[in-house]
Formats: sequence, C-alpha cells, structure tokens
Amino acid sequence: MDGIRFILNGTPVVYDGSAADRLLDVLRDIFRCTSVKCGCKEGECGACSVLMDGVLYNSCCVAMGAVEGASVVTMEGFRESERFAVLEKAFGEVSAVQCGFCIPGMVLAAEALLSRNPHPTEDEIREGLSGNLCRCTGYNAIVNAVGIAAKEGDGLW
Amino acid sequence: MDRISQSVVKKDHLPKMSGRSVYVADYPTEGILFGKLLHGKVARAKVLGVDVPELPEGYFYVDAKDVPGDNNVNIVLDDTPVYCRETVEYIGEPIAMLCGPDEKVVEQLRDACVVHYEELEPVLDFRTAAEAFFDYHFGHGDVDKAFAEADKVYDEEFETGYQEQAYLETQGMMAVPEESGRMFVHGSAQCAYYVHGAVMRVLGCGPTGVHILQDVTGGGFGGKEAFPSILACQVAVAAHKCQKPVRCVFDRREDMEYTSKRHPSLCHYRVAVKDGKVTAMDIDVKFNAGAYSTLSAVVLQRGIIASPGIYNVPNLRVHGSAVKTNTSPCGAYRGFGAPQTFFAVEMMMDHIARDLGMDSLTFKAAHLVRQGDPTSTCGKYHFPVPIPAMIDEVDAACDYRMKRERYARPQTGRFRRGIGMSMYFHGAGFTGSGERDLIKAVAKLRKYADGTVEILASNGEIGQGVRTTFPKIVANELNLPLEKVYYDHPDTARVPDSGPTVASRSLMVVGELLRRAAIKLREQWIDGQEQEVEERFREPDFVIPFYIDKFQGDAYPTYAWAVNAIEVEVDTYTGITKILGAYGSFDVGTPIDYNVVLGQMEGGFLQGIGYASIEKMDYDAKGRIRNNSFSDYLIPTTKDVPNLKCMLHVEKYPDGPYGAKGAGELPLVGAPGAYVEAMEQALGGVKLHHAPFTAEDTLAVIAKEGL
Repeated sequence: MDGIRFILNGTPVVYDGSAADRLLDVLRDIFRCTSVKCGCKEGECGACSVLMDGVLYNSCCVAMGAVEGASVVTMEGFRESERFAVLEKAFGEVSAVQCGFCIPGMVLAAEALLSRNPHPTEDEIREGLSGNLCRCTGYNAIVNAVGIAAKEGDGLW
Repeated sequence: MDRISQSVVKKDHLPKMSGRSVYVADYPTEGILFGKLLHGKVARAKVLGVDVPELPEGYFYVDAKDVPGDNNVNIVLDDTPVYCRETVEYIGEPIAMLCGPDEKVVEQLRDACVVHYEELEPVLDFRTAAEAFFDYHFGHGDVDKAFAEADKVYDEEFETGYQEQAYLETQGMMAVPEESGRMFVHGSAQCAYYVHGAVMRVLGCGPTGVHILQDVTGGGFGGKEAFPSILACQVAVAAHKCQKPVRCVFDRREDMEYTSKRHPSLCHYRVAVKDGKVTAMDIDVKFNAGAYSTLSAVVLQRGIIASPGIYNVPNLRVHGSAVKTNTSPCGAYRGFGAPQTFFAVEMMMDHIARDLGMDSLTFKAAHLVRQGDPTSTCGKYHFPVPIPAMIDEVDAACDYRMKRERYARPQTGRFRRGIGMSMYFHGAGFTGSGERDLIKAVAKLRKYADGTVEILASNGEIGQGVRTTFPKIVANELNLPLEKVYYDHPDTARVPDSGPTVASRSLMVVGELLRRAAIKLREQWIDGQEQEVEERFREPDFVIPFYIDKFQGDAYPTYAWAVNAIEVEVDTYTGITKILGAYGSFDVGTPIDYNVVLGQMEGGFLQGIGYASIEKMDYDAKGRIRNNSFSDYLIPTTKDVPNLKCMLHVEKYPDGPYGAKGAGELPLVGAPGAYVEAMEQALGGVKLHHAPFTAEDTLAVIAKEGL
C-alpha cells in the first residue's frame, strides 16, 4: 500500500499506518491536531468532531481507509477562517465557553449547520448541535451564540 | 447592574475556542510512558497473586510494593489505598499499573495479567449494610412530645440514585521525575494542594519534594475534587519506579464505572403536623458511601444539615449515616449531599400539603424561614431570606400559580401536563469551621516592575470562570485595565494554599481575600517596583461558632437561595416526558460577571434536570455498574430542553467581594423536587418517591393507574 492520501486543513498529507486506525488517533498522535478531543471513543459525545468534505463526523468512528481522498478540517484549520472569527466573537460575547473541552467539536458542528442552513431557527440550531455533548453550559449560551453568529455573519455562509 | 457585574470576554475564551488550550492528554507523547490500571474484577476478594506476563524492556508493572512512602491516599481519612492491599473491595479497585512506551502494548500486557482471587461475600445492598463509616445525630426541641400531640403523622421514604459528573474530559494525570529529584505532577484537577499533600505522603517526601500543576481542566463538578489525588499518587509511584514521565488518562467506561459519583440515598421522614403546621420532623438519611470513605463524612454533613429544607421545624431529630458497600467509592458532586435531602423534604412537604387539601406552594410558604430564625443546627439566618420575592419572580415568568391550579384538574387525552416548584438554599463555603480551622486560606498578589499584577492562589479554573472573575476583582480595586491582571493555572511550587476549588467557596472566600489584597497593594503601590502582598482568611465576626461534634452553630455564614419551577408534558402512549419550560430564580449575591454566573446557573440547572429525569445508573447483582457509557447513561443534549429561563435575584452578602456569595453548586440542587412534583401532577396526582424519574417509571405508573 502506498499510504492513505488526504487533505488535512488544506495541505495534502499521507498516512502510512493501517487503514483500520482511527482518524481521531491519527489526527492527535501523528499530525498533532490536539484540538480534536477524545471524550468517549464510541461516537457518543462529539468532542472529536471534524469536517470531512464539509460533513460533520465523529473522528473516533472513522477508519483511516475511509479518509483516502477526503478533505479533513479540524479546528487547527478552521480557526484561520473568517467564519471562525464570527463564531469566536459570538461565543465570546455570551461567554459560551466554560471548560472548553467540547468547544472545538461544537464549533465545527455549528459550521456544518450554518453551511447547510445559514439562518437556522432555535430549534434547527438545537437539532444541528444535538450530537455534541456539553456538560457545563446547559446549552443556552452556545445555542444563543450560534444564533448571533448566523446574524452577524450574514453572507459568510 | 453593578459595574463589576458587567460581562467581559473571558480570559481563557480564545485559547479554548481555538482549540489551543493544552489539556493533560494533549502534551507531546515523546519520551513518556503510558500507564494503564489493572482493575479488580470482583466486588470483594482476597488477591492471592497476579500472573504478570513477561514484560519487554522498558515496560513496568507497578503495585503497592513499589510505594516508597505510605500506601494510603490522604483525603479526609486515609483508608483509600494507592494500589490495593491484600483485598479488593469493589469492582474496579486498582491492583497495579502497567507502564510502557507503546500504549497498545501496555493495554495488551495489562489484559494479559491474570489475577487470582479468593472471593468473599460482598455487601451490595446499602439498605441492609451493617458497617457505617460515619454516623451522626443532632436535633433540637422535644420531638417525642410533638409526635405525641400531633393531629397527624406522616411517614415516607425517598430514594435517589447515582449521578455521574460526566465532565467531558475524563480523569487524567501525569507524573514527571525532575532532574533535581523532585516529582512534578500535573493534570486535570480541582484542588492542587489536595493532590500535593496526598503525593507527598505516598512518596514519603517533604513539601518541596513534589509540586503539582493544575492543567487546563475539562470540567470537574466535584468529580475532580478527591479522585485526582488517587490517580496522581498512582502515576507518581509509577514515575518514581520507572524514573520516566508516566501519564494515565482514563477512557470513558473506566471513568464512568470506577470514579466517584453522587451518593445514592435513602431518606426516611416522619413528620408531625398539628393545626395544619409541621411541628416536628424525625429524619433518617442513609448514603451509600461505597468501599472507602473518601469524602463521605463531609458530603453527609451537608446533606443532613439541609434535611429539614428551608422550613421552620420547631422540633427536629436527624440521624445520618454513610454506609460501606463493596461498590465504587462515592464522593463529591455539585451540591454535595444536599440534592438528595432537598429532594426528600420538598416531596414530603408536597405530599403533606396535598393530604391536607392545600397546594404545596401555599403550605411551603407558610413554613419558610426568615431572617433571624434559627437554622437546623441552632445557628442563625443572619441575612434576609428573599424566597417570597423569588417565588413571585418565577410565578411571573411562567404563570406558575395559574398552571398549577389548571393542571391539578382531571386531565384526559394522550398528553398530560404538570408543573412543580422547589425552593432551597445552598450553604456558601465549607461546612462548619473548615475555613477557619482546616483551610486557613492564603492568597497573594505579585506586582511586576512593568505594572502587571499576577494573582497567586490555588483555585483552579474548571470552566466556572475564576481566571476571569479573580482578575476582575483585582483590576477593579487597582483601577487597572483587565489585561494588566492575570491568573494562571496554579502550580504549588509558586502559589500559596488558598484552599481547594470546592464548596462554592472560591469567589466568595478567596475573591474577598484578593479584594483586600488589592486594596493593600493599592495603598502601597510604588511605580516601577516589584511588590508582593498577602491576605489570610478571617472568619466574619457575626458567625456563631460551629461545633461538629454537636452539629451546633452556624454551619454556613450565609446562604445562596433559589426557587425552581419545571413544566412537563407526558405522552401517556410512550412514557416520554417533554420539558416545556424550566425556570429558576437564583440569589448568589452580586454576580462578579453576569454571563459567568448565568452560565453557572444554566449549566447547573440542566445537570439537575438530568439527575431528576434521565440520568440513571445502577449496579447489578455482582456489584458491577452497567451504565458505563453515554449510550447507557444519558446526559441531556440540546434537544432535551428548550432554552432554560434563569434569573438572578441579588441579595448582597457584606463579607463577600462586592456582595458575592457562593454560586457554583446552587443551581443543581432543586431540579429533582420541581421535576418530580410536576410529574406527579401530570400523572393524575400520584405520590412519587424517587429520582431520577425516568420514562420507564412513567410507563409503570401509567400502567398501574390506568391513565
């Protein structure tokens, strides 16, 4: 095997390990993308969410074989974007970040949602973030922040 | 709103938002050894021996024989072993740690270990458990006379289950032997100095032989109060043996099954009523402590002190016990014993009211404590009790009284509604004389020549905002921009012991020390010079001394107060309950940052709603916890609730900074009472006695009552 080729945060990379390895482990251990958090390793908490070709995935449930040819975006890449800047400001305004562990995944979930639906209702925001657990905030502030970002970032998504 | 309450962007916002914050699992792995615990697999047994597979070079097996000091972790008592003694006392008890450079190989070696047991009969039913770690009695008045003269006596029992903290970051600790011989331990924790004391004892070294850094911590909620001391001792012993850095990060199942959680409880209430008023309560509280005592003494104390609720009970008798079972040791969880007893007393008052043909709110309101009244421990409510106004605020927010009356009428059809209300306090700070006699907090400010000021204290940022609120207080007193004041994660090598990050005390107690220190620095300020000031805890003069042997005096200097209402709709076909609204008025004194405090209220309230409704955890006939993943132990998602409506009611506390009181724990405490009261209404007025009250419980009532 020649190795698994994929795009990581805009840069072409090759992974030489097993196709059965988890994307989560490869991102954290090989490519040092430690914004991708391991909360449960069984697809329940969303802390390891990444975007693959624009779609939100729990990277703990993705085998490297499935990543061949895909474009993977983690917070390391997304934080350089204009959309991140809008979300960052909105989350900061309402103090939506407490312990921070769910946040990189949560923000990528917000990005995935807004990409599909730039002007979501509160219910749609709650639906869009429902795969990402947060134990600190009670979700109010996060849901409100995504609503603010959608408004402030009008045209970006 | 006071100027200090105006929200700022939190100091740790950007690093966390952008994923740059380094949690213990994020440190580079080059040159470190991974540690994996070998957990016992039976609830109680003699460990006859362990067959350890042949270890490749660079791999180690670490157990009690490798502990250079004392194989006991100092918590409140010291009965928790670092690695097991001759017996294992619960499923999951650490027997040994396997360490090595390749995580997968370490796991294989660990799994290849064969432990030989001589099984012993475990104690699993806490109702009948004979051994109590702690047994307390207190009370006042003439309880027997009140019962003899009562018009009616009520006798009911209430039960609550485990609650798992479910912080998103699992437990994790790393120990690094330094060249000087000193051991450096860092990781996810609430209380750097608790870890410091525990590791010192286990390594058999003095205070300078070890230092502890709290890393960025992904949530605590009490779960990282005492448990990190245990894990820190385990990795420190391993690092001492291997003479290499050793890191152990739990996986989720390990964390859910084997780390401390909220004590399951059984609360038995006998209540005497005469002329429509409660004249006496005789209360028996039993907590399932698990296999070791950890924090059960103090959890139980807080629980039983709160057991008569916020009601005047002229004659009171309380017995509390924390019993040993061969199960995972329970420990601290936000609310610390009080959610269990407040649930029981709120339900009890509700049931009495309905029996008397009164609404629960009217009945409770007639018994409310007021400023100047005695507390359950014959202390005093020194400050105004704002509950009546808070009831009105919640009523205004959700039409509580109108809905309560409407839903009490007979309901038909598939969907049935109910609304319930709870009212309660949270005693601010440590119970009793702990601050004065045990903690003796010290906090410092260090001013550098360039005019920046560093806060030196040991309270950890765990999401609750102290890295922002502490600097806000200091910057305010020094008239400095907030950027000029900073507070890093504490390292015991460079900060004094301002006490642990527990008991809703950090802001109220340490925040006030910092405010006073800032005033001192302001008065001594010399431009261009490095300066340091220090403040020490002083107990406020008004406090009636507390004696724990008698449970007498002011258990708390002041109280945070809350009123919660929850409105539900039950689908009688499926048993699924939809929360239509959750409303809370919370008095934590002056918010030092409005958004920070609101975030605490919302987050705590939702944890309470989870505890009341879906968070069910139990063990099987062998003592094994089965709900060990987020598939089996459900915590609320965005879809389980609408936006929570939390309101702040401000009753300033003169001895807290700018009037602030303890905040963190309060919002969790009352949800079970409000939720289950609402469920009773939706289910046609049945009397319910346990939490969580799940969909399965709902279906059972529907079947039984023929709804």
